[in-house]
Amino acid sequence: MVAENLREAYGKTLVELGAIYKDIVVLDADLSKSTRTVLFQEAYPERFFEMSIAEQNMVSVAAGLALVGKIPFVHSFAVFATGRTYDQIRQSVCIAGLNVKICGSSCGLSDFGDGATHQSIEDVALMRVLPNMVVLVPADANETKKMVRAMVKHYGPMYIRINRNDLPVYTSEDGEYEIGKLYQLKDGEDITIFANGVMVSKAMNASEVLERKGIYTRVVNVSTVKPLEKEELLKYIKGVKGIIVAEEHSIIGGLGSTIVEQLSDVKHPPVKFIGIRDKFGTSASNYEELLAHYGLTSESIVDTAINLLDGG
Amino acid sequence: MVSEETIRRLEKIALKMRLDILEMVGVGKAGHLGGSSSCADIVATLYFYKMRIDPDNPKSENRDRFLLSKGHGALAQYSALVELGYIPREEMKKTKTLEGILQGHPDMKKTPGIEANTGSLGQGLSIAVGMALGLRLDKKDSKVYVIVGDGELAEGQIWETIMCASYYKLDNLVAIVDNNRLQATGPIEERLNIFPIAPKWEAFGWYVREIDGHNIKEIVETLDELDNIYGKPKVIIAKTIKGKGFSFAENNPAFHNIQLTEEQYLQAKRELEEQMARWS
Repeated sequence: MVAENLREAYGKTLVELGAIYKDIVVLDADLSKSTRTVLFQEAYPERFFEMSIAEQNMVSVAAGLALVGKIPFVHSFAVFATGRTYDQIRQSVCIAGLNVKICGSSCGLSDFGDGATHQSIEDVALMRVLPNMVVLVPADANETKKMVRAMVKHYGPMYIRINRNDLPVYTSEDGEYEIGKLYQLKDGEDITIFANGVMVSKAMNASEVLERKGIYTRVVNVSTVKPLEKEELLKYIKGVKGIIVAEEHSIIGGLGSTIVEQLSDVKHPPVKFIGIRDKFGTSASNYEELLAHYGLTSESIVDTAINLLDGG
Repeated sequence: MVSEETIRRLEKIALKMRLDILEMVGVGKAGHLGGSSSCADIVATLYFYKMRIDPDNPKSENRDRFLLSKGHGALAQYSALVELGYIPREEMKKTKTLEGILQGHPDMKKTPGIEANTGSLGQGLSIAVGMALGLRLDKKDSKVYVIVGDGELAEGQIWETIMCASYYKLDNLVAIVDNNRLQATGPIEERLNIFPIAPKWEAFGWYVREIDGHNIKEIVETLDELDNIYGKPKVIIAKTIKGKGFSFAENNPAFHNIQLTEEQYLQAKRELEEQMARWS
């Protein structure tokens, strides 16, 4: 499987869109080399605003830019883009439903070396709770490109979390990304695995391993966490004996919570969560080691699936 | 040189606006009387003298923008918008009710003429910077005016924004600090003392003027003077009196957000109407 970098895909797509949409403006908080908005800066210097290490101002400035017709994309690491600026996103952007796009880069545990202060495992929960906000979690570089294009066409506040590292490509480069649609990557009748972000590739690996054991799983990429309609989910859980939700996020308030909220008033198979269990991050020497430390592996998915079918 | 007639006209509007503020505060309903009346003369001068606005076309692309970063002073802005005809007069008695369009803090989705949602302190100045940046990018000559509270200067975000506006040399931006010296629970200097204000903004690269925020002539002349200052953002530190125009509330932090008794309401109405009678 070819692995591609999501940040690079994100930065290049912004440049591509910048040529078409003259109202796109890009703001960054002294991380443009990492978030790859430096590419936009090089292409359209007059539409790039270095806001320095002052994220709160950056988000409210973006609100002002949106109010005079611009399409601002603001950038920082996911932990700062959503946590440090939560009040600005809520008050300046979301209450009025302004057309501000927030990109949380180096999301989840993907900034493995920097530890708890820089890893973001609450961002989806924080953004999801805000009325008017759309929350997107791309699985790979292809989906990132399609999502960013879709973001420009959708008016209103949006949050996209971008993984720092190269991830295997499972989604197609063709077609347009449809916000709120679930994308089935593989069919199977025993268990449905809902996953997003890096956990999509883990789910696909797990699915192959399980298949060799005679367990057939349906893998569904839930890259739009919000809006997520019950009817969409129901399409993919018919007939299965169990549901697994896998995410690189706290199990509190993330994708698993979203799905269970939606299914709360319908009869549904048991749901198991794979995610971070009420803990902060920590430094590690590589990404895979850190994911394994928190049980975010294909092995965990395999074990959970076997366990589910055993009635455990 | 501005005419005496213009000054008188603006003073009369500011008086009318204070009567409107009183109407919206009413009896027994909480309302930010103190901070609304301290900035009323500045708001009146902006809307009825300085700003390029078209009441027949409130959304005109070329309009100047006004933001109340100290969103709790909303009643001052509402009163101006009522006098301009943007807001129906009958909305005043429905202020802060489920039936009305006038929220406790400015809401652009609910109230005509409001440019942004403000009220979480420290953010309106940043929004104004964003507007000024965007307007300049589009080569529009509209200006952005924003009133900031002096208590609000305790917010860290304000200083991020002050640096940002100066770095981007936003000379289409005018901030006005409503320097009434009192915050919700008492005098500013007894809390986080942000005084002296002027040298701080100056050190951050702004063009600074200090004025009496209740002297309409001075407000008018200063705003006009700022049109000719280029290359940097501008700030007016306006010395004001919290509760100005309401004799029992002046300089009294208890009237930051209060319910008026019927007696207080009637006293204020009588005093304002007496002043009004002198104009007629």
